[in-house]
Amino acid sequence: MTDQEPRPRPRLGVFKFASCDGCQLTLLDCEDELLPLADEVEIRHFLEASGAVAPGPYDLSLVEGSITTPEDARRIRQVRADSRHLVTIGACATAGGVQALRNFADVEEFTRTVYATPEYISTLATSTPVSAHVPVDFELRGCPIDRGQLLEVVTAYLSGRRPDIPDHSVCFACKRRGTVCVTVAHGTPCLGPVTHAGCGAICPAFGRGCYGCFGPARSTNLPAYIPVLRRDGMDERDVTRFLRTYNAAAFEEPSVRESRP
Amino acid sequence: MTDSPGTERAVLDRDGLGALVRELRARGHTVVGPTVRDGAVVLDEIDSADRLPFGWGVEHEAGRYRLRPREDGAAFAHSAGPQSWKAYLHPQRLREWTADREADGRITVRAEEPARVSYAFLGVQPCDLRAIAVQDRVLGGGAYTDEGYRGRRARAFLVVAECTEPGATCFCVSMGTGPGAPGDAAYDLALTEVVDDGGHRFLVRAGSPAGAEVLAALPRRPADGATAEAAREAVADAATRMGRTMPGTDLHALMAGTLEADRWDDVASRCLTCGNCTMVCPTCFCTSTEDVGDLTGDHAERWRRWESCFDLDFSHLPGGPVRSSGRSRYRQWLTHKLGTWHDQFGSSGCVGCGRCIVWCPVGIDITEEAAALDREWSARTLPPTAPAEPGDARGRSPGRTGP
Repeated sequence: MTDQEPRPRPRLGVFKFASCDGCQLTLLDCEDELLPLADEVEIRHFLEASGAVAPGPYDLSLVEGSITTPEDARRIRQVRADSRHLVTIGACATAGGVQALRNFADVEEFTRTVYATPEYISTLATSTPVSAHVPVDFELRGCPIDRGQLLEVVTAYLSGRRPDIPDHSVCFACKRRGTVCVTVAHGTPCLGPVTHAGCGAICPAFGRGCYGCFGPARSTNLPAYIPVLRRDGMDERDVTRFLRTYNAAAFEEPSVRESRP
Repeated sequence: MTDSPGTERAVLDRDGLGALVRELRARGHTVVGPTVRDGAVVLDEIDSADRLPFGWGVEHEAGRYRLRPREDGAAFAHSAGPQSWKAYLHPQRLREWTADREADGRITVRAEEPARVSYAFLGVQPCDLRAIAVQDRVLGGGAYTDEGYRGRRARAFLVVAECTEPGATCFCVSMGTGPGAPGDAAYDLALTEVVDDGGHRFLVRAGSPAGAEVLAALPRRPADGATAEAAREAVADAATRMGRTMPGTDLHALMAGTLEADRWDDVASRCLTCGNCTMVCPTCFCTSTEDVGDLTGDHAERWRRWESCFDLDFSHLPGGPVRSSGRSRYRQWLTHKLGTWHDQFGSSGCVGCGRCIVWCPVGIDITEEAAALDREWSARTLPPTAPAEPGDARGRSPGRTGP
């Protein structure tokens, strides 16, 4: 290809909203694939990697973080307008993240308690996923996202195909890798049966229950599973806390939420 | 327990079992057998009979599994564990081919050569022996043969351990698949473990020339009447201790006749659609293809991975999943397993191992669901007060088979 005109490379933008940067870090953590990636795309906006930014439009934008301020809400619309293909990465951008716990509380009370000068704080009452503000082309789950899945999304985008990101339960991964079920064999509370696969079922492989970092699987029946969590020693408060972590309200169907104090 | 012509019955002691593992390894087999890991009797590659779960039993219930120590030190007194032999014969993920774009733009596709591994499975319970036979028909025969499966299967040496300790979720007797290994089944050696005042020993018989050859190489003694009788009794006694029973009705007709039963809504309200039942089922064989490429687009691979009818993607067509409800997916699984499997492959897809009951996180019980469908069907097909209208919602009318 050296004798030919260099083909135009797709322009990549990486944007951050309310988040811990861990998902962007997953991109930097691609190590062996990072340089080939830099050959295939033109990285124009990726503040965690470089202060040199170039304006849009971007062919592919990866968006980390949730929308928690009026400024976020304005900026995400600009990112959308500048992006041909917008992919959210991680639990914050797809479900509001752990900071969406504010959605169940009084944010004004939080700001009064935490900040010496709360009037300086300009924040929304809720933390919401990007999809609550603008159309999203693909949502990649996880807290943080899985490196292999991120590369799959980018590779699929470059070759113009649908990414192969299964949306079934974590149990699929446990059974495929031969992990003994921690719920059935040990009585350990585990969110695997209702959680979206993608991490490779790491926690059960170490004898821990799944924490639900990837949010709900596409097809779940959470009300039918709660009695199992209760059987394994969780009281009502434990169950609520178990469900409301990195994906906050995402697990809970409205009917379940309403029945809970 | 009938002897095949030309084969002997012999007795091995614990050392003989050790010699069996050594002999199989010496013949180039990768020996896979039950062993204890992470609170369960799992299948793993073993280099010595010492790794067998001597002294471990299992307590099963719907959605519950616990290891229990056994005082008798038995090695094969544990019914079905979390995995089945399909993990080896029908691996969860396999590369099928790779493709590369060469510098001149040509694309070269290379089919993956299946690994030439030759397994010896030690401790195949009769229900699982039947499950292997089911997968032989599905994957190893018919118009669409999986050559990789056929090779792995042809090279595999099967050592059956007849079941003497069924679990609370076992129902092989009502499926006609156990607890003994029938004379017509395909295996190489069959063991029956006996632990009594006469010691810890294994009555063994050969089921193939290869089995007879291996047996001839082991330290053994001729079968004595007491051991043979104790073995016969242990298996006969196991048959009386099944924790579950599949209804004796014609399941093929039951499945075809209950497609619109209310019970499907009932089970769907409990089913998580997590897919565990299909993953642990020793006969479920469905796979999906996975195409992976590198960032340059110059290298691509096709892989095959286990798939499940509980996955929405399983029935994804351009308009979306055909079976979008949990009801339609559970029904697909059960009606295939117990009903249409007969039409497709000439047998039931269920061997009564009980894994789907044990490893379902919410303990959905296939025998209970079949029994409930049977009750509902009987109630509807018993002489009604008035003849049913054609095309009513009883589910026995033609044309109401869609999900």
